[in-house]
Amino acid sequence: MSVTQDSMSAEYPGFFRRLSPADWIWAAGVVVATVFVLAAYGNRMDIYQSGTLVVTAATGLWLGWFWKSFKGYALAVTGMSLLGVFSYGDTLASAQTNFFLKYLVSGEAAVMWMCALLYMSTTAYLASLFRREAGRGVLPALITAVVTGALGLAGLWLGRSGLVPGLEWASPLILLVAVGALLGPIARTDFAARVGSVLAWCAAAFGLAGLLVRWRETYLHDPTWGYIPVSNLWEVFVLFCIVTVLMYLYYQGRTRNLGMGGFVMMVVSAAVAFLLWYTLDREAHVVQPLVPALQSWWMKVHVPTNFVGYGGFAIAAMLGVAYLMRDRGERRRPDGLLVRRLPSREVLDDVMYKSIAIGFAFFTIATVLGAMWAAEAWGAYWSWDPKETWALIVWLNYAAWLHLRFTKGWRGVPMAWWAILGLLITTFAFVGVNMFLGGLHSYGTL
Amino acid sequence: MSSTPTDPTPPGRRSTFAVLMGFLGSMGLAITLLVALAVASVVGTVLQQNQSYETYLLDYGPFWHELFRTLGIYHVYSAGWYLLILVFLVISTSVCVYRSTPAMIRDMRQFRLGVKEKSLRSFQHNVQRDTHPETPTALMSRAESVFRARGYRVRQADHGDHRVLSAMRGSAGRLGYFFTHVAIVVICIGGLVDGRLPLMLAEFTGRLEVETRQVPVSEIPAQSRVSVSNPSFRGSVEIPEGQRVDVAFVTMRDGYVVQELPFHIEVKAFRVERHATGQERAFETDLIIHDDLLDEPLAHTISVNHPLVHRGYTIYQASFRDGGSHLNLGMYPLGRGADRPMPFDARVFGTYSQTAGDGTRLRVEFTDFKDTNPTLIEEDGVRERMDMGPSFEYVVRDSSGAGWFHRNFQQPVERDGRRYLLSGVRQNPAEPFSFLYIPLDPQGGVDRFMRFLAKLTDPAVVAAVVDESTRAAAGQFTGVDEQIRSQVAETMRDLLETFAVGGYEEVIAQVQEQAPAGQWDQLADVFLRVLNSGLDAIYLRVLAEEGIEVVSEADDHFLADALRAINALPFYGSPFFLHLNDFEHIQASGLMITKAPGQVVVYAGSVMLILGIFLLLYVSHRRCWLWVQPRPDGSGLVLAGTSNRSTSDFNREFDEISRAVLGEPRPTPADQDARA
Repeated sequence: MSVTQDSMSAEYPGFFRRLSPADWIWAAGVVVATVFVLAAYGNRMDIYQSGTLVVTAATGLWLGWFWKSFKGYALAVTGMSLLGVFSYGDTLASAQTNFFLKYLVSGEAAVMWMCALLYMSTTAYLASLFRREAGRGVLPALITAVVTGALGLAGLWLGRSGLVPGLEWASPLILLVAVGALLGPIARTDFAARVGSVLAWCAAAFGLAGLLVRWRETYLHDPTWGYIPVSNLWEVFVLFCIVTVLMYLYYQGRTRNLGMGGFVMMVVSAAVAFLLWYTLDREAHVVQPLVPALQSWWMKVHVPTNFVGYGGFAIAAMLGVAYLMRDRGERRRPDGLLVRRLPSREVLDDVMYKSIAIGFAFFTIATVLGAMWAAEAWGAYWSWDPKETWALIVWLNYAAWLHLRFTKGWRGVPMAWWAILGLLITTFAFVGVNMFLGGLHSYGTL
Repeated sequence: MSSTPTDPTPPGRRSTFAVLMGFLGSMGLAITLLVALAVASVVGTVLQQNQSYETYLLDYGPFWHELFRTLGIYHVYSAGWYLLILVFLVISTSVCVYRSTPAMIRDMRQFRLGVKEKSLRSFQHNVQRDTHPETPTALMSRAESVFRARGYRVRQADHGDHRVLSAMRGSAGRLGYFFTHVAIVVICIGGLVDGRLPLMLAEFTGRLEVETRQVPVSEIPAQSRVSVSNPSFRGSVEIPEGQRVDVAFVTMRDGYVVQELPFHIEVKAFRVERHATGQERAFETDLIIHDDLLDEPLAHTISVNHPLVHRGYTIYQASFRDGGSHLNLGMYPLGRGADRPMPFDARVFGTYSQTAGDGTRLRVEFTDFKDTNPTLIEEDGVRERMDMGPSFEYVVRDSSGAGWFHRNFQQPVERDGRRYLLSGVRQNPAEPFSFLYIPLDPQGGVDRFMRFLAKLTDPAVVAAVVDESTRAAAGQFTGVDEQIRSQVAETMRDLLETFAVGGYEEVIAQVQEQAPAGQWDQLADVFLRVLNSGLDAIYLRVLAEEGIEVVSEADDHFLADALRAINALPFYGSPFFLHLNDFEHIQASGLMITKAPGQVVVYAGSVMLILGIFLLLYVSHRRCWLWVQPRPDGSGLVLAGTSNRSTSDFNREFDEISRAVLGEPRPTPADQDARA
């Protein structure tokens, strides 16, 4: 412990004075890139597009300052995207011949990499929960591995044999736990979780680069098709994975706690399972032109905003699960694996609140943006369309959650259960409405 | 939605008003209303809203229909009880804001320099030192600069025996509460302005009557019309190309009312732009607004996502349908005279009277026309989009009202290298179409088929053909006398007639009627041979008229196809076939017209809501107090802090602040890691 004159003084540098040289280089890079794009392509962009670019650049600049790790991520995504776009040239056929496109950075290949890396990351995070500890046996890990392994394999068999169609796509999620529990005891440190964290960063980079390259691909299919790839269910599931992983990585950095990864990555893996089924079984990844109702600038702001909301709610729910397990562990076996591995209840509760808070704020913005879009496309800012109504229900649900926390000071188990219930409601609003209730978000006709 | 108890009056002595306000502003009521609203909203998404009452009656049966109708759940969001929940939510929120705002403002402005040492000691975040080496003055001045450097506002007070410093930051966070809650009220009021409350009120007081009949606008009585002065509405209207209107229809329950507009909207043209793949790319309408306030008519093109705003009215592209296209048709009787088509000019949505060959009166109603039919065709697992070309739909009804629904295409389809014209038929709009495949001749027309059919159904031709072919056959064999020949001839004529009316099925029925069960196969064999030689002979005549003497393989195929089609005719229903020669496509553009003066209010409320939420969640109101008392060897002090949001972040900040204020060293990063 060293006492310096600096630490004794009352000086507390302002935000800008706390920025490092790297932050300023980052800012200069973002500004130069933005100016370059505006100068080179500005004549092909309308006022909305130029505005979106400037606001996006400003957001990226701020994110890089506020969250230091974001800078490296953004640079990696930029590099991969540019590689993809330039490898294509002017023809879609390059995807068949160009090595980089075929195996790495075409929209489809990059998203498949994302899926694979996310499964691996989840496994690594889970493995870290089962790491070996001096003086303790590996029996709990082995039991977990055997039970989940048996369940997963049974699920695979049931699905493959056609007894329970579709189960083969969900079963890998259980097998991830089995593999994690089996490999976990090899290490004595949290090495696996650090690996998981690196894999998660890579997955998020592949995912975002994949979507950006796909953006270009929509124009290569046909210049009149071109659209931002957050427009169909396949694309928004990729977006969900990216946003949720990034939000989680931010909280992981803030709390310096790697113990939440196994839980949060589980919900992301569930999205990956859906995505794999949707791609391999339904071929939903094929680029199709948009119906006229979706051809709007509002898409660019409405959808990504919404997914910050969904991501936040998903993280909160998974931390709710972790909270309940930790709580149960503390009551049943204060010395057990759950208590030793999971973050403290305070940390879980705090991050759960923060995820719901950011989710709620962005969900509110998204709903308001949606209303503005609806006013322009459907003739009314609110028409009680099932999707709108369910957005309201989701909003009311989390509004009530926040009220009870703020004013009644509710914490702990009931709020954890509520966060889990909230995700079920959110999931229904996200996919259920499109599947079961129809309405204007189903895009059946004009 | 308040938690801060602001009413100091002890219970038991509170006035009724205070009790009522306490109830309306209570957290319990607010949460109950939020949840009730959420649950009620679910109902409207599960049960499809705003359908016709007939549909509901069909779906739910009379008992449930009546119950649902009474409860208003066909129109949940405008049902009285739903609006009541909303009104209560607005009242609850307003009361909450009214009761909590004074305390909130006090909190933001007052530094509470009179705070007691004892209460500071009980704060969650506090640091206490009984003896600190520095003097109170030194401590106070450093504390002041520490807090100011961190953006805190600072006040000091000297109470004689002790001194208090109070610092606060982020008091704007308290405004978040105010903004969010006022925003809810503002949004609801804006929504109410744009809601149909005026219309509902007018209907309730009997000034407005809902029209349920489908009649021309001119016949709709004044009681079902809403004047231009109506401040807000959402109506729709379909305008055929080349026509203009000055009204919109506002649907209400099982009917509608007519909203008058202060200008005419003319639809000049409607277009569907398509991708190369046939999928729709854009729906556009060229509009002309005729308004006395304009110097000249305003021309503007609207499309989905790009409406036109004129004088506070917004005009949207909402849908489209046929606007009464002109169809130039040829009517081929499916029987005698099939080779003499009658020209028939029709308009879509027109109804025409026709007399069938047997004298029955038929009504032909034209229901739709499409100039293009992009279809997804799956062949050998390969999906391909292709355009089936123009098609039109019509219904043929007899006097009983029973109808045959048809859908005919103008362009042929190709199967195995042979081309056919398709005519779909069904007796119920809910069923899929069954298609009649009419084979096309080498010229690509239906003429050969129709000539063949005409001859087959013309007794004179049949008689001549039968006579000729039986004589030719008899000539090949000696000893066949005239009696046998005429017997065969009669059988052949009989079979040809039977086939022309009822197809092979009827022929088989005749076999079963004429012979005992054991001889059916034998007799059927004979009959079919006789029938086919007759059909062949008729077909040869048709070919001869075209100048064809050598029958090619294609001609053989044609006969097989023609017979298949004739065999299917009994199931076709209509006694004639309509062939589309030419058309003039006229479309109607479906427009939605709205006036929503509350929109600005709702948007303002939304912005306020978002601003409020960010203030509420991310600007935490942090307050710290330093209580210092001079002691012989320095000072005694209590430093306490509180934050209305995230405690974990404030933990860190308070930690740093207390070290800086007390002049203690900041731990090195290594220490921090060890702690984490």
